[in-house]
Amino acid sequence: MDSEKRQKESRVKLLITGNEAIAESAIQAGCRFYAGYPITPQNELTAYMAHHMQDRGGVFIQAEAETAAINMVYGASAAGARAMTSSSSPGISLKQEGISYLAGAELPSVIVNIMRGGPGLGNIAPAQSDYFQATRSGGHGDYHCLVLAPSTVQECYDLTALAFELSDKYRVPAIILGDGMLGQMMEPIVVTKFRAPSLKQSNKPWALTGCKDRKANVVKSFYLKEGDLEKFNLKLQSKYQKIQREEERWEELFLNDVKIVLVAYGSMARIAKGAVKALREKGKKVGLIRPISLWPFPKKAFAKIRKQYLVIEMSYGQMLEDVQLAVNGQAGIEFLGRSGGGVPSEAEIIAKVNKIYHG
Amino acid sequence: MDKIYAHPKSLRDVSTHYCPGCGHGLAHRLITEVVDELGIREKVIGVAPVGCAVVAYEYWDFDCSEAAHGRALAVATGIKRVRPENIVFTYQGDGDLAAIGTNETIHAANRGENLSVFFINNAVYGMTGGQMAPTTLLNQKTSTTPDGRCAQLQGFPLKISEMLALLPGVKYIERVSLHSPQEIIKTKKAMKKALINQMEGIGFSLVEILSPCPTYWGLSPKPALDWIKNTMVKEFPLGVIK
Ligand SMILES: Cc1ncc(C[n+]2csc(CCOP(=O)(O)OP(=O)(O)O)c2C)c(N)n1
Repeated sequence: MDSEKRQKESRVKLLITGNEAIAESAIQAGCRFYAGYPITPQNELTAYMAHHMQDRGGVFIQAEAETAAINMVYGASAAGARAMTSSSSPGISLKQEGISYLAGAELPSVIVNIMRGGPGLGNIAPAQSDYFQATRSGGHGDYHCLVLAPSTVQECYDLTALAFELSDKYRVPAIILGDGMLGQMMEPIVVTKFRAPSLKQSNKPWALTGCKDRKANVVKSFYLKEGDLEKFNLKLQSKYQKIQREEERWEELFLNDVKIVLVAYGSMARIAKGAVKALREKGKKVGLIRPISLWPFPKKAFAKIRKQYLVIEMSYGQMLEDVQLAVNGQAGIEFLGRSGGGVPSEAEIIAKVNKIYHG
Repeated sequence: MDKIYAHPKSLRDVSTHYCPGCGHGLAHRLITEVVDELGIREKVIGVAPVGCAVVAYEYWDFDCSEAAHGRALAVATGIKRVRPENIVFTYQGDGDLAAIGTNETIHAANRGENLSVFFINNAVYGMTGGQMAPTTLLNQKTSTTPDGRCAQLQGFPLKISEMLALLPGVKYIERVSLHSPQEIIKTKKAMKKALINQMEGIGFSLVEILSPCPTYWGLSPKPALDWIKNTMVKEFPLGVIK
């Protein structure tokens, strides 16, 4: 939501964490069902829902496992409600079967992944190593989730409501992909009053409500008759193409007069921004592309600029592949990445830029 | 003249894909009769399992959802919590409810979700070709217990209904069977009770239904019914458990 519009609406300032901002946004966006299972570093989100959902007309369930949580979301969404679950990396792995079923049954839903270090139990430090899982159908089958990556607490708030909107619009699951740093960080945000559709008014003729005055509805992803599943897949694909055309989102900084373009998302982009500003002060022509939608990946941002790129991630090069696909050999790409608890620092970024600049 | 037997409104007029002598078709029909008799067709939402009954929604003419294998009670929880005014039931096989979905089953029951569960115990995995189920009897041969189920290696038939009966959130559990007309009448009565319990807000109700699978028992339909009567009920005694 743009700042002008935000000013017109009632302005309430809150000082909250990224996790809480996601939760608050979801409730305001009309999320009526939340199920989660505890895992660090996203516990504040679950706790916020436990405190607020019931009082504000929703349902909160602490599920017995992530598998149950995602399938409860499936049920709630099938019944027509806006529904959400959240977790962190290991828990998101457990949800993958359910996410595939949500995609297969075309059920809107929001899934929050506040990423931590992996593989396996890994650790609870922030990481961005679930990028592949989020953007390349982490479960089985040819499907996509819409993936939005906030980089500030304000954006946690804004993008969560947007995720519900887009998820309903296209009937695809949407993922909010953050990391432990963003989830735990406290910042002041401006809260807007979203006008969410109520369960009764929501325009979901496919939802399960009981077959009064209409034919029976079925929510399913099973197509056994020869040719039917291929037909259904083609329908999904054309929907994904539409999303790809219409929903690319990114932020850009100093791209008018630039020699090296940094590419980073989420928390990593904040650190990269710091490096860009410091380098600009030293007269270095450095800019930034910050993908906000990771799927669809903002390819258009790269079409305009054939310069040297430096991709920076809290992983060993996952978004890097999307940049390579977008640039398609038309420009040089360098990479700086750390993971497993390591976060590329502003100083490391500056050193790397200087090396490329003079190298 | 009163019509005492007719095609249920909630049952579509199509032929099913089930093998000759299979219990699923009968159990489907009993559910639709009960739904009609209670006048809840326009309020009911069924959750189909992954198993032989995966396409139950092609036979039931009311709102239905599919659920991933074992997750029917999580899906039903989501539906019912959002739409408490609807009548929500799951229909699940023994693999679905008592193996891959045991966690969902126990915790939905323990939360005392106001749901009705129809649990088809046919002592095998039908859909995948007759493998051992948690409910397979000792010495029963299946494709994955070629020498018969052996307690030392494969454990014992799982009595999930008795286990669930221990939970305070569970209000009603009965084990019934489809092996004779008398038992079928009892099955229908139990199904009705499970749905009425939900309508009255009483809480979690489960009906376990012993159901023939002639194909993977290696028996023709009539001996399959006799096998339930003479053998299966010894391991899984009929009656109200809670
Ligand atoms: C995650 C997952 N694992 C395994 C399967 C394969 N599978 C389909 S049905 C089934 C077992 C069905 O047995 P049961 O629940 O007893 O029902 P029945 O077919 O006997 O009615 C299995 C293992 C699956 N679909 N999904």
